[in-house]
Amino acid sequence: MSALAISPLHRAARFWEAPIGKKAVMAITGLILFGYVIGHLLGNLQIYSADHQQINRYAAFLHNPANAIPLWVIRTALLAAVILHIVSAVQLWLQNRAARPLGYKKKADVPTSYAARTMRWSGVIVGAFIVFHILHLTVGSVLPVHEIAANEPDVRYNVITGFQNPLVAGFYILAMILLCMHLYHGLWSMFQSMGFSHPRYTPLLKKGAALVAILIAVGNISIPIAVLTGFLTL
Amino acid sequence: MRIILHIWRQRNATDQGRMTRYEVPNVSEHMSFLEMLDVLNEDLIAKNEEPVAFDHDCREGICGMCGCMVNGVAHGPLPGTTLCQLHMRHFKDGDELYLEPWRARAFPVVKDLVVDRTAFDRLIAAGGFISVSTGSAPDGNAMLVPKEKSELSMDAAACIGCGACVAMCPNASASLFMAAKIAHLALLPQGQPERERRVKAMVGQAGQELFGSCTNIGECEAVCPKEIKLEVIARMNRDFLKASWTGREE
Repeated sequence: MSALAISPLHRAARFWEAPIGKKAVMAITGLILFGYVIGHLLGNLQIYSADHQQINRYAAFLHNPANAIPLWVIRTALLAAVILHIVSAVQLWLQNRAARPLGYKKKADVPTSYAARTMRWSGVIVGAFIVFHILHLTVGSVLPVHEIAANEPDVRYNVITGFQNPLVAGFYILAMILLCMHLYHGLWSMFQSMGFSHPRYTPLLKKGAALVAILIAVGNISIPIAVLTGFLTL
Repeated sequence: MRIILHIWRQRNATDQGRMTRYEVPNVSEHMSFLEMLDVLNEDLIAKNEEPVAFDHDCREGICGMCGCMVNGVAHGPLPGTTLCQLHMRHFKDGDELYLEPWRARAFPVVKDLVVDRTAFDRLIAAGGFISVSTGSAPDGNAMLVPKEKSELSMDAAACIGCGACVAMCPNASASLFMAAKIAHLALLPQGQPERERRVKAMVGQAGQELFGSCTNIGECEAVCPKEIKLEVIARMNRDFLKASWTGREE
């Protein structure tokens, strides 16, 4: 008779120990975060509504104490995804760095994706941006956050006054360009990490990943640009 | 033509090593890269200097013995070939070339451009084989393999284990090598019984050999003399994930 399966905990630990297991964790957490980025963008785009209160009503809906439980479930899941994504990335990076203690005097980068080689840096800067973004518009420690009433932030006011500062707007734009590169590599790479590659579909996946990443960046960058050019005003 | 070489010279495994400049004045465009190094070595021996140590064997591009970095590219600028099949007609008079050994913690330098690649042998010993009873030859065509499967398997089996993938990978990962061996066997009926055990054992061994891991950059694929595709790494990932979640072995 065949041996019984190992205990689930032991199995999970062995999975996490292997680099391919960690890459799978990065792919799945990356997918969760990608879903969030899409949802967040759709929320953001409501700022273009002719009804100036539209985005504030959306914010009030999210902040409504009646929705506190789902909100915190989602926030906890996102935080867990961010932590797992970063911990696996750092552990793999340390292992990979140790795998070549002495580098080359001369090293060419043969036709390869710039985005792939800079994942760590785009990841670190986007990570720093997320912290800044939360401090800026959620916590309100960069600029004071205006509220219409308790649990009803004046998002439109906060966003527009924030982006009227060119430094703040510039950092948002830079972070979105890096997010675009990070998403491009991540979006097609998650398929490779999870074991999907096909000569017919992988080239299409890469093109699709580039398109989606650019659309997300353009959508988000349009907001600071609209504020800076005076298209969006209070 | 005249070629200027900057070669990594290292007396032994414990020597620190350094780049040394050489000039090879009368290089014929018909010479292979290794023949050009032979000419340099003849000259060094005549001058009573230590010749440059480099690995080579068949010089037909099929054994996997030769190879070094040429201006930061494994096996030099010509895609799909080993260093021995790179000819000097691809260079021009006065070119300066930097020759360095494969660099990886798992591939320690033995001397000059020669590295110890026994880590690859240990990867194969961990699982890159099939267990069969030796004896009389099996009947021809007793085990049928569809053509497309045998072609895919042969594409992966073309790997000669030269180590260019490890050398070029920014993470010094052996993923392309391992995945080629895993794909080669996983596509054939003979590879099925040990399929799960093989992928887990080889991936585990790669970690012990202190190779890095794959970040889907594709530099290995770009320099592989046998043009093994990144697709085999996805196959390995798929087999590993499947074996990890459904395997029954202790």
